[in-house]
Amino acid sequence: MNQAVERIKNGLVTENPTFVQILGMCPTLAVTTSAINGIGMGLSTTVILIMSNLMIAALRNVIPNRVRIPAYIVIVASFVTIVDFLLQAYLPGLSESLGSYIKLIVVNCIILGRAEAYASKNKVLPSVFDGLGMGLGFTVGLTSIGIVREILGAGTIFGVTIPYYKPIGIFVLAPGAFIVLAFLIAVLNAGRLRKAKAEGTEAKLCRTEDCLHCSNASCGGRFIDFEAPEGVIGQTAVKKPEKKVEEKNEEQEVRTDE
Amino acid sequence: MSDATKIILIAISAALVNNVVLSQFLGLCPFLGVSKNMKSAGGMGVAVIFVIAISSAVANLIYQFILIPLNIEYLQTIVFILVIAALVQFVEMFLKKVIPSLHKTLGVYLPLITTNCAVLGVALNNVTDNYNFLESVVNGVGTAVGFTIAIVILAGIREKTEDNDIPLPFQGTPIVLLTAGLMAIAFMGFSGLIRL
Repeated sequence: MNQAVERIKNGLVTENPTFVQILGMCPTLAVTTSAINGIGMGLSTTVILIMSNLMIAALRNVIPNRVRIPAYIVIVASFVTIVDFLLQAYLPGLSESLGSYIKLIVVNCIILGRAEAYASKNKVLPSVFDGLGMGLGFTVGLTSIGIVREILGAGTIFGVTIPYYKPIGIFVLAPGAFIVLAFLIAVLNAGRLRKAKAEGTEAKLCRTEDCLHCSNASCGGRFIDFEAPEGVIGQTAVKKPEKKVEEKNEEQEVRTDE
Repeated sequence: MSDATKIILIAISAALVNNVVLSQFLGLCPFLGVSKNMKSAGGMGVAVIFVIAISSAVANLIYQFILIPLNIEYLQTIVFILVIAALVQFVEMFLKKVIPSLHKTLGVYLPLITTNCAVLGVALNNVTDNYNFLESVVNGVGTAVGFTIAIVILAGIREKTEDNDIPLPFQGTPIVLLTAGLMAIAFMGFSGLIRL
């Protein structure tokens, strides 16, 4: 159980996709016009993240290494389609306001990134909690940005009007999204600078170059990985025997706790 | 409205009014990541035009002649993303063999485009808006031209402001995002330019 708590904390705080890794910027900017939209998008992504992590972790020894990216894409796209139709059927209002951004969860860096970095190397249960943690972290990020934009731009919180406040309309429009995110990252950078000064180390600031790694490495820049060892099934098991042992121990711990 | 005017309006609307980066937030990763200088921004822009033009044409043909006849329109997201990803890799291999000089210029950018949400976004929007083959291609090229305009302008501004004295926390991504925000305000001036 410890591992589950650790995974959720990792997603919510240590490696929060919005505030620490600054991943998945398209939905972060596009759908955060209100807090409700942020929650809707965040929870949809969470569900897809959990399901795809579960599926990918379960199939991790079956999927050949060379074609793993297309396999992940198919799995993620299937769950995206399911969630899209569920929203259309049961929450048509939300589905309308999120528009094509629900379908575009397929290309969200966070999901393929977690598949590549965690689910493809770990057991099913930790992967599910990893998805849950990351998804909740993303939801918290989107919702808080949504709340800020809604207050500044529309003068409401979750649809409730704030009295005596004249809203600045630009914040719910496209430019407001860029400006809010710019200030958010600047504040995070300032925090990191202060921490680094206190510890006497060099601060890791968010640079634009960081963003490249999301479309390059974690999102599978290549459809078929020609550099990967050919046709190896269960490649992780062959390649990293030490790690496998560790995982087994962790898995046993999880089991005894249950 | 005649067909020709409609086509022109689609192109202008895609390139300027509903600019793909500045009002739809698609393709932000390359927009922020490859805009350090004009040369690479231009290269990225051309590569995006190339890929979106081909992919919106192919996606439209697949939708019309495979998905609709088989009654499996609901698979569009899965089919489109696979087709686009495969297509980008195929284009890369084709260019490497046939036009090596072009591959040298575009090569580094092509793999980055695979998961660029703009490409999938255009293909999906073409279906939502019921565009036919020609309209899809025009919308695709228009969107990509809009992307190129935005990224080249941003790269131009970044080249000029590179050595400016910016507060430390704002250096890097925040100042680029603020610049993009100001550009988005400028691009809002195009809204209301035309009505489809």
